Amino acid sequence: MTQTRLVEVRQNVLKHNDVLARELRERFEEAGVFVASFVSSPGSGKTAFLEKTLTLLKEKYRVAALVGDLATENDAARLARSEVPVKQIVTGTICHLEAQMIENALGDWDLNELDCLFIENVGNLVCPSSYDLGEALRVVLMSTTEGEDKPLKYPTIFNTADVAVITKTDLAEAVEFDSQAAHASIQAVRPGMKIFEVSSKTGAGMDEWLQWLSGNFNNLKSKI
Amino acid sequence: MHELSIALSIVEMATEESDKRNGATVDAVHLKLGRLSGVVKDALLFSWEIACQGTTLENSRLEIIEVPVRVHCENCKTDRTLAEINNFSCPVCSEPTPEVLQGRELEVTALEIIE
Repeated sequence: MTQTRLVEVRQNVLKHNDVLARELRERFEEAGVFVASFVSSPGSGKTAFLEKTLTLLKEKYRVAALVGDLATENDAARLARSEVPVKQIVTGTICHLEAQMIENALGDWDLNELDCLFIENVGNLVCPSSYDLGEALRVVLMSTTEGEDKPLKYPTIFNTADVAVITKTDLAEAVEFDSQAAHASIQAVRPGMKIFEVSSKTGAGMDEWLQWLSGNFNNLKSKI
Repeated sequence: MHELSIALSIVEMATEESDKRNGATVDAVHLKLGRLSGVVKDALLFSWEIACQGTTLENSRLEIIEVPVRVHCENCKTDRTLAEINNFSCPVCSEPTPEVLQGRELEVTALEIIE
């Protein structure tokens, strides 16, 4: 006679990714490299913001970037203009980056030679939220052209992020962007989250962002 | 949509457990799914059948136990359940509630095995 028995298991489905991410985080901390990942919907200006950030930081800091994309290497080619080490991760059909892809992409890079590493995730506001990449900081971006209620529509990714950046402020007036409403939406899904407003085109707001960011990696250096 | 890869991971996990028990048939997998896990229940159920095809889990069920978001309200000094995941404020006093206690779960809790 057959019978059904209930067997307790208790296993995190993303255990493999979480373990790998934890190992990466330890490696990054030991090497004193501050790792920030960028997530946003496609077209919100991640690559332009990253290019501007890399260009301004490289005068004082040793920076590098890993960029994820579904099919092309265009982003890496664009970022190469900032003349810092950049590697493309082409994910194929996968809609997000995973810790294993970061480990593979790091390859022979000597982390001790870096102050800050940026990871640009695939443009997607849903899937990347579940995957820890070992980063110290998760930055979520939204542009002024996307609508102030974007955080309310994609609460999970905003809730898992540490800081929000509103991009394309140079277009704010043209699209009648309501900054106060956008801030309220972000605070509703992640109370207390720090918010920056920038324009990668004009450079407005970049000083404040970079000052805050570099404060983070100076803190990390002082701990080791 | 990353639910298919999540479903494949669950199938892999359940297959390993089945192998440990001499290939016992898995009738159902119980999964705790937090509302803040970033995984959509319907998409996961849709992916389940496809993920099970050609494995020992073919025709098995995925039993999803949805976990609501619990937060701590500093003002009321008590834990609260949120009705919506896009409004992190206390349902009683309306103060912001940044501290998340549960709701991120994505965990296989048990298997129903046929013996």
